[in-house]
Amino acid sequence: MTGGLQGPGPLDRPQPTGRRNSQGIRVDPDAEADPETRRAVLSALVEHEPGVLAEVSGLFSRRQFNIESLTVGPTENDNRARITLVFEEPEPGLEQAKKQLEKLLPVVSVTELPDDATRRELALIKVSATRPDEVSALASMYDAQAVDAGRETITVEVTGSKQKIDAAVEAFDRFGTHEIVRTGIAALSRGAEYTATTPDGAPADD
Amino acid sequence: MSDSPVSEMDETNEASEEIDRTEHSPEQRAEERPVTTGADSVVRALENAGVEYLFGVQGGAIMPVYDALYDSEQLTHLTMAHEQGASHAADAYGIVAGEPGVCLATSGPGATNLVTGIADANMDSDPMIALTGQVPTAFVGNDAFQETDTTGVTDPITKTNFFASDPDEVGDDVGAALALANTGRPGPTLVDLPKDITNAETDREPGEPKTPDTFHAPEKADEAAVEETARAIEAADKPVILAGGGVIKGDATDELRAFAKEYEIPVITTMPGIGAFPEDHELSLEWAGMHGTGFANMAITHCDVLIGIGTRFDDRLTGGIETFAPEAKVVHVDIDPAEISKNIHADYPLIGDAGAVIEQLHEEIEFAPDADEWREQCQTWKSEYPMDYQTPDDEPLKPEFVVEALDEATSDRAIVTTGVGQHQMWASQYWTFTEPRTWVSSHGLGTMGYGLPAAIGARLAADDDQEVICFEGDGSLLMTIQELSVAVRENMDITVAVLNNEYVGMVRQWQDAFFEGRHAASEYSWCPEFDKLAEAFGARGFAVDDYDEVADTIEAALEYDGPSVIDFHIDPRANVYPMVPSGGANGQFALSEAQLEDL
Repeated sequence: MTGGLQGPGPLDRPQPTGRRNSQGIRVDPDAEADPETRRAVLSALVEHEPGVLAEVSGLFSRRQFNIESLTVGPTENDNRARITLVFEEPEPGLEQAKKQLEKLLPVVSVTELPDDATRRELALIKVSATRPDEVSALASMYDAQAVDAGRETITVEVTGSKQKIDAAVEAFDRFGTHEIVRTGIAALSRGAEYTATTPDGAPADD
Repeated sequence: MSDSPVSEMDETNEASEEIDRTEHSPEQRAEERPVTTGADSVVRALENAGVEYLFGVQGGAIMPVYDALYDSEQLTHLTMAHEQGASHAADAYGIVAGEPGVCLATSGPGATNLVTGIADANMDSDPMIALTGQVPTAFVGNDAFQETDTTGVTDPITKTNFFASDPDEVGDDVGAALALANTGRPGPTLVDLPKDITNAETDREPGEPKTPDTFHAPEKADEAAVEETARAIEAADKPVILAGGGVIKGDATDELRAFAKEYEIPVITTMPGIGAFPEDHELSLEWAGMHGTGFANMAITHCDVLIGIGTRFDDRLTGGIETFAPEAKVVHVDIDPAEISKNIHADYPLIGDAGAVIEQLHEEIEFAPDADEWREQCQTWKSEYPMDYQTPDDEPLKPEFVVEALDEATSDRAIVTTGVGQHQMWASQYWTFTEPRTWVSSHGLGTMGYGLPAAIGARLAADDDQEVICFEGDGSLLMTIQELSVAVRENMDITVAVLNNEYVGMVRQWQDAFFEGRHAASEYSWCPEFDKLAEAFGARGFAVDDYDEVADTIEAALEYDGPSVIDFHIDPRANVYPMVPSGGANGQFALSEAQLEDL
């Protein structure tokens, strides 16, 4: 082995006392702990073109962001689609995810929705039809509707918050669940406020 | 190669050399040779953007574009031996010229062979555009011959890519891809060109190239943030500038130099930032990171205000995050908001163009930080941790000596390209860089074999009086040696210096340090004799074993007007130091293998 250099060794050098946490933030050396994660709903207005969904989902998987749900659909503007994403990350991760999303070219704007935003999810729950009256009674409690009824199974449609759907799924399970499909969250901000705006504050749909 | 249609086209070019067609207006071009097909429109978009060179390889699905190129007197195409070479050459062209390099290839394997170079350009934010042929639209999705989902494959490694779907708009797609590649943070873009689109008739000239409306490139940073940052810099006791590749890509070296010199702030660069600040200046601490200088790593560890400009705080620079500049308030200037606080939290984020933001800071700062003691400390570290080496007569040639000899024999503006490995580190450590766009290397991706095709791209972008020196290792050069045929065909003045230690030396060094000296698959004594191989290609070949042959051989190689390869048989046991072990603390760099064992 050759190529060694001269100079004081590692242990003979002054050492700084500060340090950073895993998020690169300067911290009190005695404090720490892993930063807490937070659940956030992002609404992204995107160009309505092929491949956008693949770009968005690819971004989230290759940068290791944890997506809980992703919903996509058309908007009032034929050229635009809206993607609603729910995910859980520490604060810097949320910021990073938002900025990376904004970097994708087909993405027009990204907004994190406040807690009071309107959020809805839809589920279709297919259960056994052995006790149709009870299914119907339970459905009315959840404001749900039977959308398909056969000799063997009944499918009910239930809409609402994630918590309501969770509860409904559990409640209908008493009849014997055949299959379930859930849409993930669709969300809009309350009142006249726009969910997505361009960087200069104008409605992004213009 | 000489009988290929495109080379004949080159001869026509020589005949009409006085006419600079890059100066023509789009209207002049349209009148001289109107667009008739989608492929013509692709070529016209390149012409209108001022492109002069393309690097590529022919093939089925891209043939219409090559056919259209046949008629262009402005564009010169260089057939490369392999598409990977084309993408590296285009990447290097982009680094040296500051304009997007252009590479093209056919569908399927042509496109996938470009991928390494595209990924390389993406990691290093180099302006580049790739044009790929694609099977006709009707066959897409059917697993047709030479079909690959190119936009799918390259989505994660391009700034953006386009799938051309309309012959009337394909020229606009190319124009947008070119504009995007070099606007804001540079990077590679790609346009996938189905053969039916390029073959289709159209008379539509491409419009003015523009970036999509959803693309934003900030220019100046927020004024209030600049003010706050200026106060922090004025108050610093131990300030240091960390200049990244963004300073060079943003053409901000003049602004950086003026700023650093006026306020006497020591400057460290990242590896891609090499050349942003003259390494022979008193304020220069050269570059920091895994194999950076001891003094740069000491300064970055102990500074109290770190002014990062155009850097993404890559792990090879920071070492372990916990111990990176642990006492510093971090100023982070970057044109890409997503880089702010990605790896290192920015206390003072400034989003904007490097040059514009440096000027904002320059104007806002009222007095230089009081840092005499700190500057003295930096000088002390410089003398404590010199980049010295010994050259005992009874030992084989030392690589550091070879690098310094070549630096000595060439001008300040000489361009250095490298492959990846130990030779790359020695070249960056022992060459004294003073000018931007003279260091051309594969940093983020770490692509072995980058050096030779990069030298070809750099040669075309460089001025005639700039020498192009390519450092390569034996293992690294073997990966792209076929591109020597291109340098010979084009009679390019390139000097390839092989630092041949008969190992993939960086792996061998790590095996000695971390794998108990078990040299699994790292021994390369089976490599060909590179001097003879060079001669077989038609280049000049030299082999050097002793110190007293070094200077004369370098002189002979530099004098030769064409490509030459010098095979320097260096000490096979030579190692690269200083070294911060992966994830280690920058301030705890090892100066030798023995110190590495203590860490």
